[in-house]
Amino acid sequence: MAVSLTRSAPPAPAAEPAQRRAPEPESKQRNWLHRFDNKRVPYLLFSPFFLLFAVFGLFPIVFNGIVALRNWRLDDPTLTGWAGLANFERLIHDEDFWNALVNTFGIFILATVPQLLIALMLANLLNRKLRATSWWRVGVLLPYVTPVAASTLVFAVVFSRDNGMANWLLSLVGFGSQSDPLDWRAYKWSSWIAIATMVNWKWIGYNALLYLSAMQSIPKDVYEAAAVDGAGPWRQLWRITVPMIQPVLIFTVVLSTIGGLQLFNEPMLFEENPAAASGGSNGQWQTIAQLIYKVGWKDLNLGYAAAMSWALFLIILIVAALNALVTNRLGGGRR
Amino acid sequence: MTTTAPRLNPRRRAEIGRAPQDTRGTWRTYVALVAFLALSAFPLYWMFVIATSTDEAVSQIPPSVVPGGELMNNLREVFTLQQVYFAASLINSFIVASVVTVSTLFFCSLAGFAFAKLRFPGRDKLMVVVILTLTVPNQLGIVALYILMGKLGWNGTLLSVIAPFLVSAFGVFYMRQFIMHSVPDELVESARMDGALTMRVYWSIVLPAIRPALAVLGLLTFVATWNEFQWPLIQLNGTEFPTSMVALSDLASGNYVIYRRVLAGAFAATVPLLVLLLLGGRQIVRGIMEGAVKS
Repeated sequence: MAVSLTRSAPPAPAAEPAQRRAPEPESKQRNWLHRFDNKRVPYLLFSPFFLLFAVFGLFPIVFNGIVALRNWRLDDPTLTGWAGLANFERLIHDEDFWNALVNTFGIFILATVPQLLIALMLANLLNRKLRATSWWRVGVLLPYVTPVAASTLVFAVVFSRDNGMANWLLSLVGFGSQSDPLDWRAYKWSSWIAIATMVNWKWIGYNALLYLSAMQSIPKDVYEAAAVDGAGPWRQLWRITVPMIQPVLIFTVVLSTIGGLQLFNEPMLFEENPAAASGGSNGQWQTIAQLIYKVGWKDLNLGYAAAMSWALFLIILIVAALNALVTNRLGGGRR
Repeated sequence: MTTTAPRLNPRRRAEIGRAPQDTRGTWRTYVALVAFLALSAFPLYWMFVIATSTDEAVSQIPPSVVPGGELMNNLREVFTLQQVYFAASLINSFIVASVVTVSTLFFCSLAGFAFAKLRFPGRDKLMVVVILTLTVPNQLGIVALYILMGKLGWNGTLLSVIAPFLVSAFGVFYMRQFIMHSVPDELVESARMDGALTMRVYWSIVLPAIRPALAVLGLLTFVATWNEFQWPLIQLNGTEFPTSMVALSDLASGNYVIYRRVLAGAFAATVPLLVLLLLGGRQIVRGIMEGAVKS
């Protein structure tokens, strides 16, 4: 309460401070109420957040560590007890896990690199003076609000072997033929491309808006000076814009790392029979998140699934840190 | 927002010759943007085309790009399918998303208010904790969360897909930023001088002032909750009350999938969000541009 007295006088209630400083004749009860309000109520205001987060956010992750060290099968509740590191040992020798790890990284790179580069270009376009500015920005968000479950099902049709639109377009430009269409789901590379396309489609506009917001705070005279020195638009983009929006760049890199390594929805629904959760006939595009789902809720081995999700957690931490480091170097180490 | 930066005057620009970044969009800019928007919108349009088509139209080469007249028919099929519970799933999605949205708005604005305007020991440290929790991917505790829900007896109920999303660290962070910048300290303090208790200040001063932020966070939360897939799938698959995303995956599962039906369902589950984008698009854009990384 004393704080406002040290402040420069606020415009409207400026006339009153003297009156306020006078001791207020209040009952003890009222004093108690105010002290409680000052000292305790702030904590009450944010305690729901911490409480709910502790129960449904933090506790599960810690508890996950315990489950990972135990036998925990849904189909055989009698099989309990500590398993030690057995789940993790099994993980190391599990070909499915390594296969899923490779797939996850493959799709992650195919989805992240183009996503962020194209988003940068798009933001650069949106940063110009345009007619109907907000109309464009809202339009760019169409994929973001579209449920992945819905858009992935559309893409599954687009990438179908027979009569799929992707194959039809390819045949138009001379790749493949109607008689021998590409089976997108059959190979690693083609299924990765199909899934990465879906991810890119969904997130480019969102990232572009993040970049745009950062670009708008770059003072325009920097560009002016660069232009005077003869730097073209391309050079300006890489030498001025990119270094100056570096914090946002790092943010999006970390964000898409976390999202990309947990990729689940697209690979699940690309399956011709999503209930199988196998990631293709031979696991061509099975991601780790999908494998966790399969091990946990199809094979009913929760202990092993928990071990996998801990492994994934560690991988994400490492990759996100590495990414942030690299982006940091690339972006502005020089300036 | 965009017009605050100083612009080059036309004469200077002509002298420089090369266009700097703040240039007006040329026709090339517009062509590129239109192409981009077309690519963004195409899958949605294609969804609509198939949702309105017959089976023959779906398998036709070259693909038909004109909507047919079968939308009502296809929708009727989706809604009357046994064991997909599609109509119920839309209602469930609506309930879940609404409850989560209201709760997020309430708890996050309360917490944001405390962190932005109240003084108490440990405030800054606790805020750091909130920001750190932003980086914890909940999905990684998914096995343990499932076990926890089982212990609570909530497995397979809507409660299980509501409870974990009732608050969000992002929401607290976003609200704190907004309240810090748009609710004047003087206003809060003078209300307290007049004897208003904290909750009174929240209710009569903070809430009215942060309506725009509530709209933004509300829209973002609603969209995100509606689109949530993995956790509802684990919890609600095979029950009689799925969310619409779970119902969609059921619709697409099976040996013989009828695409016009699947995409009619997808279309029905997407329309509410398209309406939201139409009504609140500007707010959503602003929320994404301002909320994410201003620290």
